[in-house]
Amino acid sequence: MGKGREEARLGGEQHQHSLAEARDVKAWRMRPEVFQAVARGAVVTALLGVSILVGSRSLAHFDAALVAYTFSILFATFGLTYRYSMWLSRPPTALYWRRGWQAFFKKGWRLRNALFWVRRIGEDVLANRFIIKRDRLRGLTHLLIMWGCILAVAITFPLVFGWLHFRPVPGDLSLYEAMVFGFPAFRFPHDSAVAFFLFHGLVWASFLVLGGVALAVRRRMRDEGAAAVQRFAEDFMPLLLLFAVSLTGLMLTASYTWMKGYGFTFIAILHAITVIATFLWLPFGKFFHIFQRPAQLGVGFYKDVGRSEALARCRRCGHEFTSQMHAEDLIEVERALGYRYEIPGSPAEHYQWICPPCRRASFALAQSLLWRGTRGGERLAEPAAIAMPVHVNSCLGEGPLGSEDQENFHP
Amino acid sequence: MPVPEKNEFFVDPGRCIGCQSCVQACTECDTHKGQSMIQLDFIDRSASTQTVPIVCMHCDSPTCAEVCPADAIKRTEDGIVQTARKPRCIACNNCVLACPFGVPKMNTGMNLMMKCDMCYDRTSIGLKPMCASVCPSQALAFGTREEMARLRPNAQPLNTFRFGNQLIRTKVNVMAPRTSSEDHVDVTAAMYEPAIGHDVLDDVFAEEQP
Repeated sequence: MGKGREEARLGGEQHQHSLAEARDVKAWRMRPEVFQAVARGAVVTALLGVSILVGSRSLAHFDAALVAYTFSILFATFGLTYRYSMWLSRPPTALYWRRGWQAFFKKGWRLRNALFWVRRIGEDVLANRFIIKRDRLRGLTHLLIMWGCILAVAITFPLVFGWLHFRPVPGDLSLYEAMVFGFPAFRFPHDSAVAFFLFHGLVWASFLVLGGVALAVRRRMRDEGAAAVQRFAEDFMPLLLLFAVSLTGLMLTASYTWMKGYGFTFIAILHAITVIATFLWLPFGKFFHIFQRPAQLGVGFYKDVGRSEALARCRRCGHEFTSQMHAEDLIEVERALGYRYEIPGSPAEHYQWICPPCRRASFALAQSLLWRGTRGGERLAEPAAIAMPVHVNSCLGEGPLGSEDQENFHP
Repeated sequence: MPVPEKNEFFVDPGRCIGCQSCVQACTECDTHKGQSMIQLDFIDRSASTQTVPIVCMHCDSPTCAEVCPADAIKRTEDGIVQTARKPRCIACNNCVLACPFGVPKMNTGMNLMMKCDMCYDRTSIGLKPMCASVCPSQALAFGTREEMARLRPNAQPLNTFRFGNQLIRTKVNVMAPRTSSEDHVDVTAAMYEPAIGHDVLDDVFAEEQP
């Protein structure tokens, strides 16, 4: 082994070692973050517990039959807060969480951001526009599952917490009254269409969810691309849970409507098991994206602000490729993660100041440098300015996939 | 099903003729239908024909995954760095800008990062990735080390790259001369090198010289 090779090997080991060391330090530092996450989980769970006590008027309107559901929700609240807190402690997440809020509350941007927030909530969260753009059928699938779950949660959670209950109106037994937090909210005849739709709310929710689950399973069974990367726990388990919850819920309705309550107790226990399992699964599996996804809104504001400020210029080809803030933040994140992309003695200083196309070009140039003298071809004369690399095929879909890529490719 | 260990990916940009077969073949892949994940660039279009086809190098310690705030990029146990998980990706563009090889693409409308996953639907059942199966010059090749040693006796695979102070080891190999004493490719050292080619000396517009 030559001297250069030996030095490179030692250097490599040193760098790998420093990366591992940085990770060890990070692991050691995780401890206070774990305590913080546990404390946050306990506080949020306690707050929910207090709101249940207050909202149900000291448990006066609390339905004791639903106590298992209440405790599973409390446990899920703890788990979700814990995981969310741990997620936020990762260097990139922590930075973008902070930057997202800073961008949102930036002076002169607040009104615009508030309007954009409403628009993005409508388009991205409520209408799933970006999923529809991925695939219309997938968009429909997600809309059905999402709105089915939202409807179910909106009905069951207030009932389980004792925040909502129904009672016959004293003096007029043909009327029902909805009580929200112990206050009368609205009345309706118990045999009206309103009552029928209201009391069967979970049936409609399960129809939506079952439709969505059927479409999702169909795709996972037929799509070869999905089949290659899907995993049981990550992709099938949530669908099975949603299917089980919806089906057992419908069985309850079928039992008391058409079968004179046949097997009702057994089905009720079965339904409770499926629902509780789903709640317990919330913090750990695919369902966590429900709580993670809104971060997309913060990223939108971060990008908007970044575009209006100083832009980063590639220190190889000299073209703008992203916001200076983004490049600087990435350098900070990479350092926190233990990466050492600094380039001593180079005008670039840090590899993060090199745009993606120039990174690709540098890769090829480094390889051709190794082959110099072995293969044909000459080193061309030093150009006055370094040319920007361009895509051989700049068509959308074959070169860049969207406007952001086009910016990175220097249009 | 994991990618069989005996099969490896070998990239040799020096053999690339810029034919775009890989770009077209990549669009056929089931995991990203109709969209190519290959990055095929001219390095200096006005002066050289040198092109570079880039597939994901599948780093042992993927920077793209580490800088992802949404934890959307996962590395499988067989070393494949998967494309962003659709429910998680928040389209922040961190991975696109942080990848040392400039691999990921951002699909703005879909709010989704997309990148090469070494045709996991094919390689996990022992088939070649689409790009390697069509590349006429085998700049992108997929096979065993023994096959490569037999087919390219003057070359050896390297899978360690230097970017400034950082060394990155990858699952994908790049071909270097067998005589080379280097055990890694120093990417940043070559950053300001001019492209390889032949100086064109004939000026077709000049008057004919005696």
